[in-house]
Amino acid sequence: MRWACILLPQLAMDAALRNREDPDAPLVLITGPSQRRVVQAINPAARELGLRPGQTLTAAHALTRSFATAEYDVAQIEHWHRFLAAWAYRFSSHVSLDYPRALLMEVESSFNLFGPWPRFEARLREELTNLGFRHRIVAAPNPAAARFLTNVHDGLAVPERQALRDVLGSMPVTRCGFDRDTATAFERMGLRRFKQVLALPRDSLARRFPRQVLQHIDTLLGDRSLVLDCYAPPDEFDQRIELNFDVESHQTLLFPLRRLTGDLAAFLAGRDSGVQRFILSLEHREGPDSEVPVGLLGAERDPAMLFELARGRFEQLQIPGPTQALRLVARDLPSFVPEHRELFEERPQQSVPWEQLRERLRARLGDEAVQAVHALADYRPESAWQMADAGSAGTPAELPRRPGWLLRRPIALHEFSPRVLAGPERIESGWWDGGDIRRDYYLVQTRSGQLAWVYCSVEQPGRLMLHGWFA
Amino acid sequence: MGSVVALDTLLDERLVWRGQALAQPAGVQPTGHAVLDQALPAGGWPEAALSEILLPAEGLGELQLLWPTLARLTQARERIVLVAPPHVAFPWAWQAAGVDLRWMSIVRCSSRDALWATEQCLRSGSCGAVLCWPEKADDRSLRRLQVAAETGQTLAFAYRPISEAVNSSPAALRLIFDAPGEVRVLKCRGGLAPARSISLAAGQ
Repeated sequence: MRWACILLPQLAMDAALRNREDPDAPLVLITGPSQRRVVQAINPAARELGLRPGQTLTAAHALTRSFATAEYDVAQIEHWHRFLAAWAYRFSSHVSLDYPRALLMEVESSFNLFGPWPRFEARLREELTNLGFRHRIVAAPNPAAARFLTNVHDGLAVPERQALRDVLGSMPVTRCGFDRDTATAFERMGLRRFKQVLALPRDSLARRFPRQVLQHIDTLLGDRSLVLDCYAPPDEFDQRIELNFDVESHQTLLFPLRRLTGDLAAFLAGRDSGVQRFILSLEHREGPDSEVPVGLLGAERDPAMLFELARGRFEQLQIPGPTQALRLVARDLPSFVPEHRELFEERPQQSVPWEQLRERLRARLGDEAVQAVHALADYRPESAWQMADAGSAGTPAELPRRPGWLLRRPIALHEFSPRVLAGPERIESGWWDGGDIRRDYYLVQTRSGQLAWVYCSVEQPGRLMLHGWFA
Repeated sequence: MGSVVALDTLLDERLVWRGQALAQPAGVQPTGHAVLDQALPAGGWPEAALSEILLPAEGLGELQLLWPTLARLTQARERIVLVAPPHVAFPWAWQAAGVDLRWMSIVRCSSRDALWATEQCLRSGSCGAVLCWPEKADDRSLRRLQVAAETGQTLAFAYRPISEAVNSSPAALRLIFDAPGEVRVLKCRGGLAPARSISLAAGQ
């Protein structure tokens, strides 16, 4: 049991449904030229209305009009196929897209990491359901068998080759992946099950059918190996959701935004990378797209966090006009380093790590909101501090007492003769950079008992300026 | 006075609370001022709760009250956050008080966002202490801060003007600055507030 096949029977419909807020509303996908629109795929709600695939759109409209339509887009199917391959890449290093609407992945080497197959399978199913894709999963000893067993089975796990022969034997011949002519020929010969084909002598099969038929049988049984392409995930994430109608409010855009960030998180988990910077762009009917860059200090990939941060930036945006599509582009994908945590944490379990809290504050209050104060070696009080991203460790200088609060701008002290407790301390510095000061600093106590740091400039003697509080 | 009730019956029926029954827990968050620690029922700051410091004016030693706590927390690599402080924290003085500036963060925001930011910091549980200067905080927003401090198991300190002393507050501890370096306990949860002022300088 080395290969797993995930068949996506309704890839196009699932891709269309996941962009809609109400997946239970009737929806049909239509295709064909504009003169003859044909219903290609429908969801269960639409089936209940009596619609069937293959109907013309006119016939469908004759039945009912209470359903939504969307274009059956081949490029979209290809896109989602690749997206799911990127997701599956997380679980296996060998993911193949060789069969349409199916993912083949080598799973045996991943058992050590993800546990035995039943648990592994449950996890795959859970994540696919969360992503909104219906699926059928079969595990088998070789990839071709896994692929064609999904035609009939779901949740089957075939452990070894003898069992595989039995399981394949009971498959209908038409579902085994033979080309149409061969399958019809078998049917007409009265061979309905695969085991009847296997019972035939090989030389007569070789005489009556093209070479590919025997090759296909050997591939299914695992006697002949199948070479599969290896999927390599792309280096950047670019996804776009087209909205069905013009949107002017933030609230309506939150649902597609949640989808986009969720997909980004799934993509990142597959690549084992994080995202440090991504751009949300809103495409408008008129005028240029509005872009919302979201920058983070560290690489992150938690879906809830990405959504919250994107939302924080997004809600500050003034939407200039009706929005038709939302797009998320992430090009800078550094490797993800999980955050270091103590085994025995002192803080409660539900705590948010500081990095996440900092991002949350920055998202709402602005990039410069969270800072630390940094001590600089300068005697001038104005130049002795600086706001920086990280605080400094330095040891305090040997100086007279300094106040805990420094006023951003000195103000005049309205008090005639405060009690001088210490001073004067002459600070005369800065002639080289234009910020020249010559001041005498005093520690004074006002009548109300406040301890203040005041100075008297040499240029303006007699005028006391308040510069700090010894709080 | 209708009938005389013996004190013993009242006490046996537990109709009277005697006040001193609470055991003194060991101070897990000592204030760093020995006199103040003795006066407080928890032997220090009330844990995971909001403490209010009421000030008639600036420059009375309101930072010196907290510096020992902040120094202890930052040296233990706990983060402290100052949400919208009124002035610049002059780094030399803070370093001289023993505060490790690598573990101190300053959030700059408007007064409107300050309460939100404080609540987020408290609730996250990733900070050791959060200091804030709410300008127009009503009973409800203070209660939010108190609940957030409980959720995140964080020390919260709110500096407020002395005019708020007449209004009730959900804070677990309320301190008033009477004079420079002298505080009075207005309210403390779990004990009787001592009536006299406590001089911070005396214990050092």
